[in-house]
Amino acid sequence: MIDCDIHNEVPTLSALYPYLPAHWVDYCEESAFVGPDADDYPEPMATSYHPDYRPLFMDEAARETQGRVALVQEHVLDKWNVTTGILNPSYRVPSIQSMDLAESMATAINTWQAEEWLSKDARFKASLVVPSQHPVLAATEVKRWQGHPGFVQVALPVRSRMPYGNRNFDPMFAAIEEADLRVALSFGGAPGNPPSGVGWPNTYFEIYAGMAQVFQSQVMSMVYEGVFDRFPGIFVALLEGGFTWVPSLMWRMNKEWKGLRHNVPWVKELPSEYIRRHFRWSMLPLDASPDPDQNREILDQMGGEDLLLFATDFPHWHFDSTREIWPPFMGEETRHKLGVSNPQTFYNL
Amino acid sequence: MAIPTVAPAGALHMSARTKTRIIDSDVHAYLNKGTLARFLSPFWRRFYADHGQHSYDGGHYPRAMPQASRHDAWPPDGSPPGSSLAFTQEQLIDAYDLDYAILTPLTGAGEILNLDFGLAASQAINDWQLEDWTSKDSRVKGSLIVPYESGELTVAEIQRWGHHPDFVQVLLIARTREPLGQRKYWPMYEAAVEYDLPIAVHFGGNGGSPLTGAGWPSFYIEDHAGMAQSFQAQVTSLVSQGVFELFPDLKFVLIEGGFGWMAPLMWRLDATYKKLHRELTRVKELPSHYIRKHFWISTQPIEEPLEDHQFMEMMGHLDMADRLLFATDYPHWDFDAPDRALPTSVPTEIRKGIMAENARQLYRLPA
Repeated sequence: MIDCDIHNEVPTLSALYPYLPAHWVDYCEESAFVGPDADDYPEPMATSYHPDYRPLFMDEAARETQGRVALVQEHVLDKWNVTTGILNPSYRVPSIQSMDLAESMATAINTWQAEEWLSKDARFKASLVVPSQHPVLAATEVKRWQGHPGFVQVALPVRSRMPYGNRNFDPMFAAIEEADLRVALSFGGAPGNPPSGVGWPNTYFEIYAGMAQVFQSQVMSMVYEGVFDRFPGIFVALLEGGFTWVPSLMWRMNKEWKGLRHNVPWVKELPSEYIRRHFRWSMLPLDASPDPDQNREILDQMGGEDLLLFATDFPHWHFDSTREIWPPFMGEETRHKLGVSNPQTFYNL
Repeated sequence: MAIPTVAPAGALHMSARTKTRIIDSDVHAYLNKGTLARFLSPFWRRFYADHGQHSYDGGHYPRAMPQASRHDAWPPDGSPPGSSLAFTQEQLIDAYDLDYAILTPLTGAGEILNLDFGLAASQAINDWQLEDWTSKDSRVKGSLIVPYESGELTVAEIQRWGHHPDFVQVLLIARTREPLGQRKYWPMYEAAVEYDLPIAVHFGGNGGSPLTGAGWPSFYIEDHAGMAQSFQAQVTSLVSQGVFELFPDLKFVLIEGGFGWMAPLMWRLDATYKKLHRELTRVKELPSHYIRKHFWISTQPIEEPLEDHQFMEMMGHLDMADRLLFATDYPHWDFDAPDRALPTSVPTEIRKGIMAENARQLYRLPA
């Protein structure tokens, strides 16, 4: 089985010091820089750790990378018989205003992943962190790792300063396509602009629940602004944004395209065709109906059996029990597709 | 997206034949050149001549068509689409034999940066609705325009006209400056409940932040399709801030945002609430409970699933068939024609409710 979303967070900034140039280590020490400005997974919040996992991460051992590697091995890879686990650090390099620091930080995190995760367990695959706020520097970072067998995708925070369909990002997507990597848009980000089209909310509840709308906006941007027409080899996994909204988004985007396609003449097919070809969704959070039949209808409407990827989202809290992670409305055949064949095909494993 | 290809007279026959009663919950009345000045006081008329209407910038996406309107919607005298009652009667109200047309004037009054002028403009627009529209045709009902970014000025305008039977709701624009659950909007809700007026939130606007949670997109198609995300943010905010515990009689009408996204949003909010409920101090029930109780949604632009049977599947997920309000969006280009907007798979009783009876009940309109 392949787990497409495991979080391998950097335990402390100092864990990256061995991989940062000396002057940036000095800068971090002198400036009391503690890391990127992001609060995607506030430590006390219920969504950040499953109650069963929280004590593990409060333990002394989890303050070192080695301890965290052991946790993932024990509680994900061994426990669920995972043959490939895809690591997604949510270290928000794209929110570091200094592009020089951001560039070095990205290289440091990727080296840290290569040295302290990928080389420790052959079951790991990982996601490159890039300074996407500067697409030319991001392209350089992608090229630095081109051909490395451990990295399967480039992780971008779903919240960005401008939507990823914007042509400013072309150098980054060109490099990603050239390196034959996938793209993962992951929950969160700290770009500084509000997380909704109506300004800043009050609560983490709104930021959390509202992230689904940011995912929707990115799908719309990438399809309508022609990313897949310019870069047909770009394929995107949407991680931790839910998927039950996909049918209604497809319908709306198709309808708008019928009326306004002269706005975006490069879009040659129904948007739903692009969506089904170029996007995949991680299974969690389910955001499911209480009625199993309705969930099967949603899967049918989106063609979801072929588009969803199994993910534990370790250590976040999106499944009720750590003993059973599959939702009851998914049968054996569906489980096999999500857990084995869909990710194998998508990631070329 | 049905721009009608048949003459309105054909529609009249169809409506007479099927006897489907129709209430159109989204009919745009537009100010003609000079109309606003006619209803402004001399001071504000001078101010308007000097300064115009300064609003938030950055969100200008040139529309698909002039005035975003049907090409055939220009009145014979060349005035803007939607600015002539007589022509709206001819092309819409009489042509489709509407029981009622609910006016939703898009004027930008709530987005005027100078809130004092925002109030003056709102007052002028409301007086214009009464004088030029509702007093001349009893089938036409108005929406109170308010400077919604100021609670106290909005309350003042609701108090001025809230009792008038020709105003059936308070009208906001979807992209406000802050999410609608925030405290600054609560005085508006208190006054709306006092006068028994629903709050209608219509597609569009610019509240000063980028159109999406990931910045500004490039094209009008994204502005038009992307409004559904702002509607979702508003519903999320209203529910999570406990507005419906504070104002148990408050009603919201979402106009022109679609409704296919509502069921999945309810599932997500309920799931998130189970994990994060401790943060929401005023919320007592699952979010879907408040949504099904306090929200009405207009149909246009109606969802068009990939396969016919999926429409009624979606209706089953939504479970709000008694809350859907038919709307044409006249005179805009994406007009939904009354005789062909709803899929044939919609059963008669549900169809009757959507086409007229749900709105009649909400707005307490005589049969």
